[in-house]
Amino acid sequence: MNYLLGAFKPACNVSITFSDGKNRKQVPMKKENGQTALVPLFHSQDTISGKVCIDPYQGKKVEHNGVKVELLGQIEMYFDRGNFYDFTSLVRELDVPGEIYERKTYPFEFPTVEMPYETYNGVNVRLRYALKVTVTRGYSGSILEYQELVVRNYAPLPDINSSIKLEVGIEGCLHIEFEYNKSKYHLKDVILGKIYFLLVRIKMKNMDLEIRRRESTGAGANTHVETETLAKFELMDGTPVRGESIPVRLFLAPYDLTPTHRNINNKYSVKYFLNLVLVDEEDRRYFKQQEITLYRLKEDASA
Amino acid sequence: MRTLAGVEDEEKWLAEGIAGIQHNAFFMHRALDANNLREVLKYSALMLSELRTSKLSPQKYYDLYMRAFDQLRQLEIFFKDESRHGLPVVDLYELVQHAGNILPRMYLLCTVGSVYIKSKQAPSKDVLKDLVEMCRGVQHPIRGLFLRSYLAQVSRDKLPEIGSDYEGDANTVIDAVEFVLQNFTEMNKLWVRIQHQGPGTVREKQEKERNELRDLVGKNLHVLGQIEGVDLEMYKETVLPRVLEQVVNCKDKLAQYYLMECIIQVFPDEYHLQTLEALLAACTQLMPTVDTKIVLTQLMDRLSNYAASSPDVLHEFLQVEAFAKLSNAIGKVIDTQLEMPIVGAMTLFVSLLTFTLRVHPDRLDYVDQVLGACVVKLSSVPKLEDARAMKQVVALLSAPLEKYSDIVTALTLSNYPRVMDHLDDGTNKVMAMLIIQSIMKNDSCISTADKVEVLFELIKGLIKDLDGTNVEELDEEDFQEEQNSVARLIHMLDNEEPEEMLKIIYVVRKHLMTGGPQRLPFTVPPLVFSAVRLVRQLEAQGGDIAGEDVPATLRKIFQILNQTIEALSSVPCPELALRLYLQCAEAASDCDLEPVAYEFFTQAFILYEEEIADSKAQVTAIHLIVGTLQRINVFGVENRDTLTHKATGYSARLLKKPDQCRAVYACSHLFWVDDPEGIKDGERVLLCLRRALRIANAAQQMVNATRGSSGPVTLFVEILNKYLYFFEKGNPHITPSDIQSLIELINTEMLSDNGNTTIHSDPFFSSTLRYIRFQKQKGGLMGEKYDLIKL
Repeated sequence: MNYLLGAFKPACNVSITFSDGKNRKQVPMKKENGQTALVPLFHSQDTISGKVCIDPYQGKKVEHNGVKVELLGQIEMYFDRGNFYDFTSLVRELDVPGEIYERKTYPFEFPTVEMPYETYNGVNVRLRYALKVTVTRGYSGSILEYQELVVRNYAPLPDINSSIKLEVGIEGCLHIEFEYNKSKYHLKDVILGKIYFLLVRIKMKNMDLEIRRRESTGAGANTHVETETLAKFELMDGTPVRGESIPVRLFLAPYDLTPTHRNINNKYSVKYFLNLVLVDEEDRRYFKQQEITLYRLKEDASA
Repeated sequence: MRTLAGVEDEEKWLAEGIAGIQHNAFFMHRALDANNLREVLKYSALMLSELRTSKLSPQKYYDLYMRAFDQLRQLEIFFKDESRHGLPVVDLYELVQHAGNILPRMYLLCTVGSVYIKSKQAPSKDVLKDLVEMCRGVQHPIRGLFLRSYLAQVSRDKLPEIGSDYEGDANTVIDAVEFVLQNFTEMNKLWVRIQHQGPGTVREKQEKERNELRDLVGKNLHVLGQIEGVDLEMYKETVLPRVLEQVVNCKDKLAQYYLMECIIQVFPDEYHLQTLEALLAACTQLMPTVDTKIVLTQLMDRLSNYAASSPDVLHEFLQVEAFAKLSNAIGKVIDTQLEMPIVGAMTLFVSLLTFTLRVHPDRLDYVDQVLGACVVKLSSVPKLEDARAMKQVVALLSAPLEKYSDIVTALTLSNYPRVMDHLDDGTNKVMAMLIIQSIMKNDSCISTADKVEVLFELIKGLIKDLDGTNVEELDEEDFQEEQNSVARLIHMLDNEEPEEMLKIIYVVRKHLMTGGPQRLPFTVPPLVFSAVRLVRQLEAQGGDIAGEDVPATLRKIFQILNQTIEALSSVPCPELALRLYLQCAEAASDCDLEPVAYEFFTQAFILYEEEIADSKAQVTAIHLIVGTLQRINVFGVENRDTLTHKATGYSARLLKKPDQCRAVYACSHLFWVDDPEGIKDGERVLLCLRRALRIANAAQQMVNATRGSSGPVTLFVEILNKYLYFFEKGNPHITPSDIQSLIELINTEMLSDNGNTTIHSDPFFSSTLRYIRFQKQKGGLMGEKYDLIKL
C-alpha cells in the first residue's frame, strides 16, 4: 500500500501551514509513539485555511495526476487498528495533473467547518482530525502528508444543574448521606459537597473520592467497557462519629479530564463518575458511584 | 495496633518517622533554595505524610509533630514571599488543596491560610472559617487534635480581636470567638473519642495518654480568655453557653473535669460571678463520676479570693445571690451524686463555708444553713469513719472559729453542736480543744449561762467519758493537756452580774460532775475558785445587791462548794480537797459566815484524819490548816479553841521530830494574830514555843543517839527566830532572858557538836545574831527593847 512506497525517498517535501498559525493556540497532544507534540487547536465552525507548499528536491521534478487537500474527521477503534471511520471528509482540489519543477504554494480554505466531536484519545478508541495532502501519482505511488488538529468544543452553561443528594448505607452498620453541589461540572470546576454520617458502626481508616472514567466502545454484543480511575482524593482520615459531616472540595483542574461524550457517532461513549469509597480497618471497601457530566466551558480570555 | 506493640517498636517507628521527615525536608529545602514551587509542594506533602502514622503514642507523635512544625515555619516564610514562587496567595491557597492526602493537604492549607490572612487579600474571618471547617476531614483523634492545635497556633496572632490588625469592617471579635469556639468544640470531640479507640484492655493506658493531650484542648479556652474584646455580655451570651454545652454534652468524665477546671481558671472572677447560675447548672449536669467537688471547690475558692480582694465587689455577690445559688448547687450535686464519698460532700461544705465567711461575714444564718445541710448529709450515713472526712468536718467546724474571733458567735449557731455529734470521740476531742484554744487565743469571755450550756455541750467530749470510749487507750499526757485546757476555759466564764454568774456556775458544775474521778482533780479547782471569786465579789458589793437575798445566795454558793469538794474527796484526792476546803473556809470567814467556815474546817480536819496518811502530806496539810486558821477571825472563842486545839494536837503528833517541832512553833501563831482585833494570848504562844524547844531537844538527842553527832542546830535557830518575832511584837511573856538563854543553848550545842570548828559557823544563826545587833544599834523603841538582850 501507500506507506510501503514511503520507504523510498520521496521526490519532494510537502508542508502545510495555517494562515493564522502564529496566533492560534497550540495544545500538547500525545502521538502514537508516546511523545507529545504541540498541535494547533480548533473549534467547530472555525475556518481552516492555509497553504500547502510542495518543494521538489534539488533537480527533481514531480509528475502528478493532481494535488488535493482533505480535512478528515476519523474514529479509530483499537481492536480494528488502521481502519478509520471517516465521519467528516472535505476535499479541495489544488492542482490539475501536471509537473512541478520548483517550489509551489497552494492556498486552501475550509470555511466554517462543522466539527461536531472533540478530539479524543482513549483506551480503546481514538477520534482525530487531520489535514491530508495527497499528491497523486501514477506508478510510483502518491505522496501523502498529514497535519493533526485538535478540536475542542465549548458547551454552554447547562440550564439545569441540580445537586446530587443520596442516602446510602448498610443496614445497621453504616448510614451516610452525601451531597455534591452539582451534577454537571466544567473541566476547571470544583466539586463541593458534604458527607453526613448518620450511623457509624464500623471503624474506618479513610474515605476517598475517586473520579472514574468509563469508556464504552462498540455496540451490542461487541461492546467494550474500560474504566480508569483518574483521581483519588482523600476526604477523611479516621472514623467519624454519628452526626459528623465531612466537607468535600475537589478541584478538577489538576486532572486530565475530557468532557462527557455520549454515543459519539454510534461508536463510543465516555462517561465520568464520582466514586465515594470508604475503607474500614480490615481494608474492606464500601463505595457508591454517581455519574457526573463534564463539559468544557469557554475559558475567559485571561485564562 | 500500637497498643499491642512494645516500647521498642515505638522507638523504631518514631525514628523512622523522623528520618522520613528529615529526608523530605532536605529535598524541600533544596527546592526552597531554588524557588521551585512545584517541588516544594511535592516534598512538603511527602514530609507531612509522615504524620499520617497510627503507630505512635501521643507523646511520640508529639515529638514527630514538633519536627514537622519546625519545617512548616520555613515553608511559611517561603509562601509569604510571592516573588519567590510567583503565585498570588489566593492561587496558592487553591494549589495546595490539590494534594491527594488529606493530612498533608490540611497542614499546607493552614500554613498558606495564615499567609493569606496576613496578606489581607481576604477577610480573615472567611479564611478562618474555611480552615476550621475543612479540618473536619481529619477524624482520627490524635492526628485531628494535632492538626487543629496547629491551626490554633498559626491563627493565634491573626484573630480579628479588638485592637488587632485583622479586626475591622466585616471582621469582628465575634468571628474570632466563633472560630476559637468551633475549633475547641471539634478538638474536644476528638479528644473524648480517643477512649473509643483500641480494645478495652488498655483503657488505663489510654486514659493516661489522653491526659497528656488535654492541654491541646485547654489551650483554646486560654485563647478565649485572652481574646481582647470579649466582654461580659459576650461571655455570658456566647462563650460560656457554647463551652458549657460542649462540656455537658461530651459526657466524658476526664474532659468534663478538666474543662470545668479550665473555665474556672481561665476567665475572670467577675465573669464567674455574673454567670454563676449557668456555671453551677452545668456542674450539676456533669457525669456522676466527675469529681464535681473539686470543681466547685475551686470555683468557690476563686470567688472567695475575689471577694477578699476588694470590698467594692461584695455588693456584686449580694446582687447575684451568690450564696443561695452555690448552696443550691451543692445540695443538688450531693443529692444526685450518690456515690460521692462523704469526704467529698464535706469538702464541698468546707468550701461553701469558707466562701460564706469571706463574702458574708455578717450572715450567721448562712453559716448555720451550711452546717445544717452538713448535718442532714451526715445523718444520712451511718457512723462517720473515714479519717479524711473527719478532717474535713473538723475544718468545717474550725472555719467559723477562725473567722469570728469571738467564740460566742459560733455558740449561736444551732447546728454547730449537731455537726459535732457526728464526729468520733477522738476527733470530737480535737475539735473541743480547738474551740478552747480559740477562746484562749482571743481572750473572749463567755458571759451567759445559756452560752455556757451550749459550749459545754460542744466540748462534752472533754468533759465526760462518752459511750464506748476505751479509757485505757488514752494517753496520760494528752489527757492532762485536755483537762488543763478545760480548767483554763472555766476561768474564761465570767459575768459581772452575780446572778448570771451563779447560773453559770450551776451549769458548769452540772457538767463537770459528770466527768468522773479522772477529770475532777483538774476541773473542780477552777470551778471552786470561780465560785469563791463570786463569793468575794458579792461580799465586796456588800448590801448593794438585792438586800436579804445576798446571804442566802452566799449560803447557797457555799453549799454548792461543799458538795463539789465532797465529790473531789471521794475521788479520792484528799490533799486537793483539803486545800479547797480551806480556801472556802477563808472565803466564808470573809463573809462573816462562821458556821459555814466552821463546817469547812471540820471537813478539812476529817479529811486530815481519815484520808491523809502520808507523813509528808500531813506536814503540808498541817501547815496549810494552821496558816488558814491563823488568818480566819470569824470564829467565836469556843469554835476557835476547838480548832486550834485540834491543830496543835495534830502538830504534836506528826511522825518526825523536826516536823513536829516546826508544826508546833507554827501553831504559836494561832494565838497571836498581829492585828488590832486579833487574839493575843502570849502565854499560850510561849507554851507552844517551849514545847517546840523540847521537841527540838529531843530531836537533837535522837540524832545524837543514832548518828553519834547532834547535827545542825537549825531547829533551835528557827525557834529563836520565832522568839524574836513575838518579842518584837510585844508579847509580854517572851523576855530578853528567854532569848539570851536560847542563844547560849545554841552556842553550847554548836560547841559540843563540832569542837574543832569555830563558833558561828551556821550562817542562819550568824545572820540572826547580826540582826539582833543591828536592831540594837538602830536605837529607837525597838533598839531599847533589844538592848535588854545581852549577847
